[in-house]
Amino acid sequence: MIRRALEVFLFLAALTALWQLLYLVSGDVALSSPRDTAIAAMELLIAESFWRHVRETFSAFGYALFIAAGGGLALGLGLGLHRLSGAVAEPILVSLYSLPKITLYPLILLVFGLGMSAKVAFGALHGIVPVTLFCMNAVRTVNPAYLKTGRIMRVSRGAMVFTIVLPAALPEVFSGLRVCFSLTLLGVLIGEMFASQRGLGFLIMNAVGLHDVRTVMAITLLLAAFAVCANSVLLMADLRLHRRV
Amino acid sequence: MSRVTWVRLAVVAGALAALEAACRSGLISPHTLVPPSVMLATAAKLLQSGEITADLLRTLRNVLAAFVTAVAGGFFIGVVLHAAPPLRRVAYPFLASYYAIPVFALYPALIVVFGMGDLPIIVIGFLFAVVAMIINTLDGLDRIPRVLLKTARVMRMGPVATALRIKLPSAAPHLFTGTKLAVAYSFIGVIAAEFILSGAGLGYAISYAYNNFNTARMYALMLLVITLVIAVNLAFYTWEQRLLRRRNLR
Repeated sequence: MIRRALEVFLFLAALTALWQLLYLVSGDVALSSPRDTAIAAMELLIAESFWRHVRETFSAFGYALFIAAGGGLALGLGLGLHRLSGAVAEPILVSLYSLPKITLYPLILLVFGLGMSAKVAFGALHGIVPVTLFCMNAVRTVNPAYLKTGRIMRVSRGAMVFTIVLPAALPEVFSGLRVCFSLTLLGVLIGEMFASQRGLGFLIMNAVGLHDVRTVMAITLLLAAFAVCANSVLLMADLRLHRRV
Repeated sequence: MSRVTWVRLAVVAGALAALEAACRSGLISPHTLVPPSVMLATAAKLLQSGEITADLLRTLRNVLAAFVTAVAGGFFIGVVLHAAPPLRRVAYPFLASYYAIPVFALYPALIVVFGMGDLPIIVIGFLFAVVAMIINTLDGLDRIPRVLLKTARVMRMGPVATALRIKLPSAAPHLFTGTKLAVAYSFIGVIAAEFILSGAGLGYAISYAYNNFNTARMYALMLLVITLVIAVNLAFYTWEQRLLRRRNLR
């Protein structure tokens, strides 16, 4: 455990050193130094106005994550259980996944209008496809012996889904949710960057417009720290689930 | 063509027809969405008149540059991380959460470092695509059957021969997945960067049309981008299926 912590520390130190080096090469206009950025991040963290934007972003993120995860699970389960629809939908979903979804943003704005609902829709749009794909594949590859046993024991269709298919598919589904988490956050942030008056994405874009490098980097740093921490937790749970099976 | 393909075509055609009907009947207002047939006609006109050819070529060139560097760089970094397990253990959570970080925020910094022009956009495309390649390279190298490596040792194969004859072919499916994702992410990165920040390219053209309320042109360009990306991806998908099939037969 201590060794692990030391490794993480060394890695972070190396990243910071690299950052400092880049800073020395490129100068004040392009980057702010690690020290300056940390100070700016601290300043943001104690400012009341910053937390208003954080709340805005995270409530959008929460709704989007809820829609993406719930919708993706339901869709993936349905497509996984019904073979023909799964086979029909898979390439469509894969193309949807690889689309530069930002090109669809004007459409979303025209449909949902400016504001919260557009952000939520855009975030959910980013997150829903990976969950669906992972869930569908997991359901498809459930060990047939389990299903056969269930049939022999005369388990009803509904009970089959909840007691056999879902638990067996859980590790894969969780991996999908992990990807969904990152992409939904990115979707919400991009949504805010392009058309919003509130939220962290807006703060970044605003600072870019004002050429306030320090703030841009401080917000990015805070977001990165949040994303890495949340993902480490999810990754640990993910590994544990995969090992259990 | 198989039944599934027909059903798929029917589903897509049905969705398009429904959209067309909804637009034509006024169910969806023309300010929100123009009918697909109008999009297609406008796109054809744009292509014919040649007014977007420069943007199109520019975007394609940037995507290609980002893709090639990302695949090469990602493969290299993946191999290095695979060879150094402690480094990999530490770096992995960072790689896994990488896609939640808005890389675009670094664009102003990239402009200062790389100058105005296409290079910062290519770098963003590269940054987007490289991590998918790294992760898949690691996956692929993980899945090499131990038996094969042992056999290679028993047969006294040199490191180069082992790499070329055993490691590369065994990891190939995952490397292919990485390449496929790298294409998709290069497109996403380049077009998104153009969209938000740049003054040229297809992404910019869409955002420009949007800001000028030129809905028909905007949708035509969106259709163009979507068709382009789907065509490239389908080509890769088909190629991959063929490779996998050949592998199973062998």
